[in-house]
Amino acid sequence: MPRADMPLEATASGAARTVMTEVDISRALRRISHEIVEHNKGASGLVVLGIPTRGVELASRLARLLEEVEGVAVPVGSLDITMHRDDLRHQPTRAPLPTRIPASGIDDRVVVLVDDVLYSGRTIRAALDALSDLGRPRAVRLAVLVDRGHRELPIRADHVGKNLPTSHTERVMVRLAGVDGEAEAVTIAPGQTRAGQR
Amino acid sequence: MMKHLLSSADLTRDDVEMLLATAAEMHEVQRRDVKKLPTLRGRTVINLFFEDSTRTRSSFEIAGKWMSADTINITGKGSSTSKGESLRDTVMTIDAMSVDALVIRHMASGACHQVAGWVDAHVINAGDGTHEHPTQALLDAYTMSQRLGPLAGRRIAIVGDLAHSRVFRSNAITLRTLGAKVTVVAPPTLMPSGIGPWSQADGFATSNDLDAVIASGPDALMMLRVQKERMSGGFFPTAREYTVGYGLTRQRLRALVDANAEAVICHPGPMNRGLEISPEAADGAQSLILDQVSAGVAVRMAVLYHLLAGEEALA
Repeated sequence: MPRADMPLEATASGAARTVMTEVDISRALRRISHEIVEHNKGASGLVVLGIPTRGVELASRLARLLEEVEGVAVPVGSLDITMHRDDLRHQPTRAPLPTRIPASGIDDRVVVLVDDVLYSGRTIRAALDALSDLGRPRAVRLAVLVDRGHRELPIRADHVGKNLPTSHTERVMVRLAGVDGEAEAVTIAPGQTRAGQR
Repeated sequence: MMKHLLSSADLTRDDVEMLLATAAEMHEVQRRDVKKLPTLRGRTVINLFFEDSTRTRSSFEIAGKWMSADTINITGKGSSTSKGESLRDTVMTIDAMSVDALVIRHMASGACHQVAGWVDAHVINAGDGTHEHPTQALLDAYTMSQRLGPLAGRRIAIVGDLAHSRVFRSNAITLRTLGAKVTVVAPPTLMPSGIGPWSQADGFATSNDLDAVIASGPDALMMLRVQKERMSGGFFPTAREYTVGYGLTRQRLRALVDANAEAVICHPGPMNRGLEISPEAADGAQSLILDQVSAGVAVRMAVLYHLLAGEEALA
């Protein structure tokens, strides 16, 4: 399962090209927040859950934007999928990351799952499983910053920051100031696939 | 992570910290309505207990079940061991059923090490004789760090029957691995032989004076059970005398709180109330004893996860 937060090897095989700048990222999130409100006819009943690591940061930004747009606080949390992955047997184990569900819970709410890059769809499959252990949302929607294609499961995003046609060997990297402490950007680089990537 | 969990000494500081971080997330799962994770689906965990146990066996069983492993309990009394089958034959028989993990408690020190050499399955030491009990040390470290924060530099006293205590051995190792300052307290007759060079090598202090240790204001006091079943040697004249010298009485509890208002009290259970610990200490605000039990499942989930989940990557 591709995860953007896995350590990357040095970009020896070619220079990275920036496909989204900091301004592009914030514009995309703002547009997504409007789309969510439009589709949901307001912000009531929404719960925004980010998938660690970068999805959590994006989720809290989205929740802030939703609050700006609608003037009501939107509950925000995180949903870790480590224990639900379908490739556990093929990887060394790692410590699970926090799952923090807002006190209001997810029952009968519209849960907006947030991740940085949508690729095979396996992360989202795992997230849907994890979600069903926590309650029964009225609906689950998916917002991603980048959709790079190559789905391996019948999963699609409801809200996409940028559709990015890629080849399997290219590497998409999302850097967020709050997580990576460096200039914000989405970059794409040619090269080897990361360990564990298919 | 390694293949087996036999001794606390096999765990590096990174290993311990990863296990404790995992346990913290598993503890969150424990507060949910649905406590089941699919992580170990299709794995089989056998609890092979040749000695009596309530909390260790049930917490391993619950931990396995909550991670969707199939767990089966075999006790010495109800198995072919009572017909005279040797340990080797028993574990080889179970291993032949291609199980994934054997959680073993045995009255002989070193039994788990032996078994690990015989079988293909992962072996987890759930207490071997007077040797080690690594998951207990992990859950003690977890419980204390939940209350005290990181244990590095914290002063922790382990008090009681050190000579017969596997909990003490594993705890001394794990707490040192995490950088805590450990003092062990026991009457001279219940000090393990050769503790002098051992304490120097592993970097912990020894004392025969519980009151002095309490007056120094430790951050945590871990009371060990007086193991009556291993007390055939006349280690102290009467139970009353043990309590006077080494029990955590009401007076000592007050002295502890006076010396360090934040101090916590642990006991691995089962307790001899009125012998090594007074009810006031066991049930008071300083007591973490029930937190320890609650943490037991989370810590064992973490151990099963890290030993079993990523198996093929290690092979």
